[in-house]
Amino acid sequence: MNSKNNHPLKKVLIICAKGSIEDVYAALVLANGAVMEGIETKLFFTFFGLDARTKNRMNKLHTATVGNPSLRMPGGLPFPTLMGLLPGVENGVSAMMKKQMENLDIPPVDEFFDMITAGGGEVYACKLGTGMFKLKKEDLTEHVKDIITVGDFYGLANGEGTQIIFT
Amino acid sequence: MATKTYNGHQVEVNDEGYMLDSDQWTRNIAIAIAKEEGLELSDKHFKVIDYIREKYRDGEALSLRRIGKSGIVDIKEFYQLFPGIPLKKATRIAGVPEPASCV
Repeated sequence: MNSKNNHPLKKVLIICAKGSIEDVYAALVLANGAVMEGIETKLFFTFFGLDARTKNRMNKLHTATVGNPSLRMPGGLPFPTLMGLLPGVENGVSAMMKKQMENLDIPPVDEFFDMITAGGGEVYACKLGTGMFKLKKEDLTEHVKDIITVGDFYGLANGEGTQIIFT
Repeated sequence: MATKTYNGHQVEVNDEGYMLDSDQWTRNIAIAIAKEEGLELSDKHFKVIDYIREKYRDGEALSLRRIGKSGIVDIKEFYQLFPGIPLKKATRIAGVPEPASCV
């Protein structure tokens, strides 16, 4: 590749709008990975993604066991949707997901945020989303730098070599 | 692959500048690689480097999180010691292969 035409990524803005374990972790892994590579990183949480930033919910995220066609039983058989309806099944599946991630050295949500902010990554919450869910700044963890509007968010996306990622 | 001379020692490195044979590593080589990265190594740097080399020798996977739990530095201090790309810088200076970790 011609190095003259090679523009390295300098800044990423990552949007997380969903609150299941895998959606939140996709955003967190991307964000932490960017920080580790020395890329300026800003994470923006909106709608159900806000669960990941809400103090009493952040470490209780779940994986959907109903309406999730990719979910498999251990061993690879399809996971029957009707089984997902049973009490406790979603808890069990979610606990298993978390255990698998722990084995791969992926931290719980709050510790992941510690890692991202320790490296200089910034975390924001969406004004519209927090309004909808009646959340105030004190309901969110101390990692949240500010509650901002969409316009503010785009304002953060200035500069050459910036990308916006919607997970 | 290339050969580099650090403090008079010839060492083989890959395209990213990581030493191919971690047994060739000495503290003087570490000081010279760190200089390339614009770093002057303190005792604290060496404590982290020794930890990385020890974990590598034990065959344990290295990650940012592991180093944060090493008891030597927390993650914030690690970013301060090796600014920018800490895990890559620290492993390169420690003379071990680049960790293939996503966290």
